[in-house]
Amino acid sequence: MSKERIKIAPEMFEIMPSEYQDLVDRATYGKEGRGWKDIGTSKELIEEHSLCAGCPESMAFRYILASLPAPEDTVMVGSTGCTSLVFPHVGVHNIHSLFGNQNAIASGLKRALSVRFPGQVKDVVVLAGDGATVDIGLDMTLQAWFRQEKFTTICFDNELYANTGGQESGLMQKGFVAKMAPVGKTFEKVKLPEIARESGCHYVVNCTVSKPNLVEKVIKNAIHVAREIGPTYLQLYTPCILEIGKNSMEGLQEMRDSEKPTERFAYKEYVSDEAKELLTELAAKEKERKAAAKKQLAEKQLAGKA
Amino acid sequence: MATQSLVGTKNRSGQVVTDPWKMMHEAERSPCFFTGSEVIKEAIRRANCDVMIAYPITPQSEAAALIGELFAEGFIGDYFRGESEFAVMSQCAGAAFGGARVFTTTAGPGTMRAMENFPMWAGARLPIQMIVTCRGINSPLSIQPDTLEISYLLNTGMLVWHAETAQDFYDWILKGYMVSEEPDVHLPLALCCDGFFVTHTKDVVNLTPADMCLPPYDPYRSPVPCMDMECPPVRMMRDPFVMKSNYISYATHASWQQEVWAAVERSRKHAIRWLDGLIEVDRPDAEILIVSSGTAVSQGREAQALLEEDGIEVGIVKVKTLRPWPEEEIRQATKNAKHIIVPEFNVTGWLAKEIRATIPDADRVYAGPHVCGGMTMPPEVIAADIKKHLGIKAESLAGRGS
Repeated sequence: MSKERIKIAPEMFEIMPSEYQDLVDRATYGKEGRGWKDIGTSKELIEEHSLCAGCPESMAFRYILASLPAPEDTVMVGSTGCTSLVFPHVGVHNIHSLFGNQNAIASGLKRALSVRFPGQVKDVVVLAGDGATVDIGLDMTLQAWFRQEKFTTICFDNELYANTGGQESGLMQKGFVAKMAPVGKTFEKVKLPEIARESGCHYVVNCTVSKPNLVEKVIKNAIHVAREIGPTYLQLYTPCILEIGKNSMEGLQEMRDSEKPTERFAYKEYVSDEAKELLTELAAKEKERKAAAKKQLAEKQLAGKA
Repeated sequence: MATQSLVGTKNRSGQVVTDPWKMMHEAERSPCFFTGSEVIKEAIRRANCDVMIAYPITPQSEAAALIGELFAEGFIGDYFRGESEFAVMSQCAGAAFGGARVFTTTAGPGTMRAMENFPMWAGARLPIQMIVTCRGINSPLSIQPDTLEISYLLNTGMLVWHAETAQDFYDWILKGYMVSEEPDVHLPLALCCDGFFVTHTKDVVNLTPADMCLPPYDPYRSPVPCMDMECPPVRMMRDPFVMKSNYISYATHASWQQEVWAAVERSRKHAIRWLDGLIEVDRPDAEILIVSSGTAVSQGREAQALLEEDGIEVGIVKVKTLRPWPEEEIRQATKNAKHIIVPEFNVTGWLAKEIRATIPDADRVYAGPHVCGGMTMPPEVIAADIKKHLGIKAESLAGRGS
């Protein structure tokens, strides 16, 4: 979508809602190198949410939406759960249809957009919880990867069914006592990152959302690889502070504790050779872009002084 | 928006985009002798489809595979095999959300497996066309003809039509897109037929020219936004209705459900125009009427001929659309009938129940004969049941315990 589409006729500008004026004047549509540092300086794709106070998912949402490389041409697909309470606030087209079918929806969507807009960027990003990704939707998650569908799958892993009140999920740790696991979960946390690698994903990362820089990097990498090569998977720890007995202020510390080198969310990535090549190429281009921008700024400052 | 202006241009496979009314009603037709599955392929060849998603299940596998051949020939934008009917129907939804004209086929247990998707399709206003080649859904496993699955589709909010012949099928696939894509309708269509009887038998079908096709689907005529980021996104609400237990939340859901069903009703005028009425009546003044849908209509016609030899006059009402339900048409057509016979290829007699709920003096309805599990319905069985119902002595038929 070109930014022209949202331009307001000058005569009408004053009567448009301020939200819309902001979207036109201060949105980051079409901005090269957009990222989490834009938060607070531009119109965000999400400003309000209906999650619990202090929920790490809300941080994750903000970082992810700020990091989408082309939000003006991105469609997101969600599923039922806490994320589905947030999507109605999100300023990119997004689809909620059923519980667990997100990767099937995304497969059809991506193919339709490829048929309708050949040669144009139209990114599709799935964002769903661990119940949707690993339990009820596992076959569709994996089959989309087997078929090499060109979209990114993001799993918000809070290690349980949060929205229905804290029941056991496949990504829950072994031994954790929860609803529907009254004597503790009896089997290991499903190793979806490893399964993703074996299923054909070209870029897989397992991490927490404690560091916005890191979230921005992996989101951009995952979307670029999916756009050019094939499926990518991000498993992001977004603990449900409510269901693990933490307070609103303790989400960040919980993530920091869980990403220590010996812990289950220690940073882990897999990148295929094809993806490595692409990411090296993109990094070189980004370096060039930044150098050119710096040079331009310096020249401008010099001209100003003169 | 753009469809009319595209008339006369060529599509991706070089076919000429044709005014659909002219294509269906005025263009020269040529006869072919094809199976129902081949007829589905020929209709889709001319439907300007963007995406078809397939999954094998008898008796629709052949049609689904033949459409793959169309993709290989360049007539379809994309085509692939999904992993299950539940996934396929979600993939169809994804493609339709993205603004594609979508086609798929299923049958029996596949329809049941995919069921969660259908009210979602209707609620999301996705004008997907799904062919249902009905077969048994019971256990023990059956792959034989049986129309029970149609009854499960009737309350999904989809349009549900029931084709009798391969010719119906050919015409209704193309006309179906024209009805379901109308902005005031914009709903999915389940186009049903009786598996094997229609899909696996050959019949003479008159085809429209292969170099003509329907205008492409225009997703910007949809009553809901197309999910392609080509129009500005809106933040829908501050608090999603799913979270709220209050009047506004209930009223929102209620009014949307009412709107979906209002759209089914609004499809009535388009279906009447394209299908030349929601029902077809032969000898409306007869005191005995056979009212049925699908291939039971064909068998009813044979029974009509048999009974005529015995001096018993029988009329026929063919029900073409089950949703929208032709309530007024059926009331009118049956107003003089003393006996209304409803033969069906299923064990529960869902069509008879619908008719009983529609007409005054419902005790005029005789629900039967019912055959199921793949049994055929010889016209002699219908004729014998009618005679029995009228108190006329009929020869006993072997194997029916009479």
